[in-house]
Amino acid sequence: MTADLRAARRQLVLDSLGIAVSAVGFALVFGLSARSAGYSLVETSAMSLIGFAGAAQFAAVGYVAQGLPWLPIIVLTFFLNARHLLYSASLAPRLRHVPLVQRAAMAHFLTDEAFALAATHFHRVGRVDIPGYWIGAVVGVFIPWNVATIVGYLLGSAIPDPAVLGLDIVFPAAMAGLAVGLMTGRREVVAAGAGASIGVGASLIVGPSVGIVLGGLIGPLLGMAMPAPAGGPAEPVVAESPLALQPSHMADAVAEADADAELEPPDEPGPMP
Amino acid sequence: MSNELVLLAVLMGAVTYPSRALPMLAPGIERLPARALLYLRLVGPAVLASIAASQTLVQGTGETGYRIVIGVEILGVVACLLVVAWRRNLFLGLLVGVGLVAALRYAGLG
Repeated sequence: MTADLRAARRQLVLDSLGIAVSAVGFALVFGLSARSAGYSLVETSAMSLIGFAGAAQFAAVGYVAQGLPWLPIIVLTFFLNARHLLYSASLAPRLRHVPLVQRAAMAHFLTDEAFALAATHFHRVGRVDIPGYWIGAVVGVFIPWNVATIVGYLLGSAIPDPAVLGLDIVFPAAMAGLAVGLMTGRREVVAAGAGASIGVGASLIVGPSVGIVLGGLIGPLLGMAMPAPAGGPAEPVVAESPLALQPSHMADAVAEADADAELEPPDEPGPMP
Repeated sequence: MSNELVLLAVLMGAVTYPSRALPMLAPGIERLPARALLYLRLVGPAVLASIAASQTLVQGTGETGYRIVIGVEILGVVACLLVVAWRRNLFLGLLVGVGLVAALRYAGLG
């Protein structure tokens, strides 16, 4: 392992620690909420182990408590978690050399936080680092979420409200902080700014679960509308293992895309909506 | 004690898994056009910023829908952003952001 990779993994562990604090805070509350709604410990734990989808888990607790049928809960879960399509699609080109079975296993652990940690870490090391993915997804999110779910269930109302401790801002602050790590050029900055603006605007109209997805879908289009960087691709891509991207392919692809963007005649409709 | 909601958890997992897995498992994703790959590269910053901004600024108001809320949470997120941009250290940024919000709330300002 190179010194750079070791340093990047140390940074990842630190980043994961912050994410884990957030996961613990909310999973404690989830455990408590599930208990109040009449879930058994096994049911509560199954939600976190198998469903493993924070917002949908909280929604399900509320609906079960109200005695709603399961179908609307399942449909709502599908829509709440549809944003994972974006994360999966964004990571997919980098993971193409990973064995299918391993990718299938990795997918279960792909959450907002796991994506943010993995995308930032891969960007930092300039290639795919599978152990790094597992550190973020499992050590940083899955284990804390599941352990804290059980603790929250068992401790009940002895748990303090995370908001009192300021822990309610950990999740958005972590997402914002990790986004900073991905901003290496004008296109990334514009995509992030547009994503944030569209996300907020759309959330006001249709709610955050849809608004966030729209920000993530449309923001990149605005980023692509920016002129190509003068010095070639902003993101270094280094092939150090069979899991790494082939540098020639990715660099060519990005350079080609950049060239395409520059060659577009100004009066031709661009990718902007 | 009943464990029938385990089945609900399995069904919730079953409808969540495809959105997590399908693009990752789809064959030939590396053969996407260059502009599609560039688009996917920009999804990360866009969606993370979208989550951060929506979660910080938008709040449900019950029956009337959603509204923008300007509270101490913004200060916490901005403080975290500044520290991360300055020190490249998310954990430190989160400590500063959380500490600031907790202190402001303790002081009755949030």
